Amino acid sequence: MAILTDRKSLREYDVIIVGSGAGGGMMGMLLALNGVKVLMIEAGRNYDPQKETPMFNTPDQAPLRGKGTADRFFGHYDATVGGGWQVPGEPYGDKPGTDEEFWWWRPRMLGGRTNHWGRISLRFGPYDFKPKSRDGLGFDWPISYEDLAPYYDKTEMMVGIHGSNEGMENTPDSSPGVLQPPPKPRACELVIKKYGKGLGIPVIPIHRAVLTEPMKGAEIAAKLFPNNPKAQKIVGDDMSNRAACFWATPCGRGCSIRANFQSTTVLLPPALATGNLDIITDAMVREVITDATGKATGVHFVDKLTRVDSIAKAGVIVLSASTCETARILLNSKSALFPNGLANSSGQVGKNLTDSVGSALGGHIPQMESLPPYNEDGAGGEHLYTPWWNYKIQETLGFARGYHIEMGGGRDMPSMGSLGMLDGTSPGIYGKKLKEEARRYFGAGIGFAGRGEMIPNEHCYCEVDPTRVDQWGIPTLRFHWKWSDHEIDQATHMQNTFAELITAMGGKATPRPGREALNKPGEIIHEAGTAMMGSDAKTSVVNSFGQTWDVKNLFLMDASILPSNPDKNLTLTVLALAWRSADYLLDELKQGNI
Amino acid sequence: MHESNISRRSIFKLVAAASAAGSLAPVGAEPPKPLTRHFKNPLSDPDYTTKQIPWDLPLEASELATLALLVDLIMPADESSPAASAIGVHDFLNEWVGAPYAENREDHDTIRGGVSWINTHTWKLHDKPFAAVTPDQQTAILDSICDASKAPPELAYGARFFKKLRMLTLGGYYTHPATWKSLGYVGNVPIAGPYPGVPDEIIKILGLEGV
Repeated sequence: MAILTDRKSLREYDVIIVGSGAGGGMMGMLLALNGVKVLMIEAGRNYDPQKETPMFNTPDQAPLRGKGTADRFFGHYDATVGGGWQVPGEPYGDKPGTDEEFWWWRPRMLGGRTNHWGRISLRFGPYDFKPKSRDGLGFDWPISYEDLAPYYDKTEMMVGIHGSNEGMENTPDSSPGVLQPPPKPRACELVIKKYGKGLGIPVIPIHRAVLTEPMKGAEIAAKLFPNNPKAQKIVGDDMSNRAACFWATPCGRGCSIRANFQSTTVLLPPALATGNLDIITDAMVREVITDATGKATGVHFVDKLTRVDSIAKAGVIVLSASTCETARILLNSKSALFPNGLANSSGQVGKNLTDSVGSALGGHIPQMESLPPYNEDGAGGEHLYTPWWNYKIQETLGFARGYHIEMGGGRDMPSMGSLGMLDGTSPGIYGKKLKEEARRYFGAGIGFAGRGEMIPNEHCYCEVDPTRVDQWGIPTLRFHWKWSDHEIDQATHMQNTFAELITAMGGKATPRPGREALNKPGEIIHEAGTAMMGSDAKTSVVNSFGQTWDVKNLFLMDASILPSNPDKNLTLTVLALAWRSADYLLDELKQGNI
Repeated sequence: MHESNISRRSIFKLVAAASAAGSLAPVGAEPPKPLTRHFKNPLSDPDYTTKQIPWDLPLEASELATLALLVDLIMPADESSPAASAIGVHDFLNEWVGAPYAENREDHDTIRGGVSWINTHTWKLHDKPFAAVTPDQQTAILDSICDASKAPPELAYGARFFKKLRMLTLGGYYTHPATWKSLGYVGNVPIAGPYPGVPDEIIKILGLEGV
């Protein structure tokens, strides 16, 4: 990828975007395609997936056979650079009195988490925008599903999403012609579907950001950018150069053939091709600077390579640094006019922090032993999933909101844990007999993971630590967390459901109580809500376009602005919201309102 | 016990691979803690084209020789796959026990201590180290410790060692591509066109017609 700008040539930009992930990448691309001069500032290093992705690398080519460690939690080949649960020299902490330890995932690389994410791309449904109206809990959005639906269509066409339209409750269909066809299911997924049916648990094609066929670039780009020939040309050409999935190597490593979505493979290349986007990497933003009238004028950042501070200026500032980092920048941007941090007159910055409710259970399925081998690497992630299916009996469940089920099994590329079940199934055996046992049990395991909606509560928030700075001198965050019974009981329901499924398939499983089975707060890496959108400046931080109520030329464009955190994974919605915000911002710029 | 072992160990691999990264951590995983390395290093910023082990490999030649024997007894050559030592599983163990993580530090003591234990035990029985006794004598010793539930109390150290060694050997062995065909893993190759789906033979075996 052509990159990056000569730091000495800093000029005035129309817009500065802090962060290069989903929100920043989409915003940056759309603005650049429309002639806006954009400077993107990324805290991590430059990263080129086409050169750096370990496609086809095998475990023996990695330390510890690629197994996850405290340093490389999702394994050696995970597309996370420079960080993970910890970033050297950039600590965070827990506020005294917290119930739980919060885990905060931070890569330090161009494209951020979009390089390694699960690619699951589920639209939020109509209920998800009005949760408070439905059950009295949490917050309604200032917009409805219908407001975002056209942007979901456009985003899905731009990014390339496979899936099917099943017409299920609160699980929206895409417009005709938008989705790419879903890949055929694998054996374990069909087994789950078969036995799920008997339990009333639907199993349908998932939507993931993976190309199952080549993109018709010119045709799609003409629909996406009807009055913009330059955008059509640039985006159309770039789309046509993306390859379809070749059904090998896990998506979490990134994708050098650009078959899946990463900001670095899908958004930044066309944005750079316009000549309107400059990117600075290894630059950590300390704060947004404002003038005497309260207008944002730029950002103050430190160049991590030289440790020299700089200021970049622009007419509009967009923070897309990720839910907690965006809150951190706002809270650290204190001035006489904004003593509680920028855009924080509501006091809501850092509050309402949520993550997905997560829990998992696995089992061994005897009927899947000793199957003839076939290639089941597939699309680098699940082909089928279960959307939340209990809307009609929600009142009887004892908890609010729902979860979807992610599922896996069969013969993935062997890892250190692939034959872990032999410890239990085949005690005392070694030699050739152990090899027979390995062949028998390999691929006979199955796993379920629930991803559920957490309801924002007053105990879950981040704030600036009053006494601690990181190695750049930037005050750090500390977290406070307490699950409510809704999340705990939902996790119990997950465990019981997974155990029912495993039992129905002929396996054995011991469900754990929700309190014990819950993943750590932050561990699902679906943080949201620290700078919530709303319809009232008194109780929210931004309007539905991510524009802060207090500072008209300051926009937030990441999951910090989400008022609810449905089970449906955030990235697709962040992308769609960014598109909607970009349209609004372009319009406001054109009209001279900003 | 067995079921919970499965859920705790395998679930990470199963679902994390299935949903790619960013989704699921192993239950009971090592909690995050500040890294001590504040410089570019092959862990936080890997160069995937070159395998780099940024820690010392602690095992001596004599220990590696004993481990090479042991891993071959656990995973011998057969008609479709190599012996464990032929693909360097004993060297992998050296890498494993040298790593700085809690799990590896514990395994360091179990594996190194175990190699010393098995030599001492063999001396007591046969006045020779493990490597110097006959294959039948080696097998007899392994038979006495291979099943922790049946090993006599005085061999509990050996049984604990063997249990760990067996699982690490299985892991190290089957993560090497030279074993995959024999194991039944035929992926990691590109396929042109749409994903082909499940062969009819397997649909029949599993009774998935019409699902």
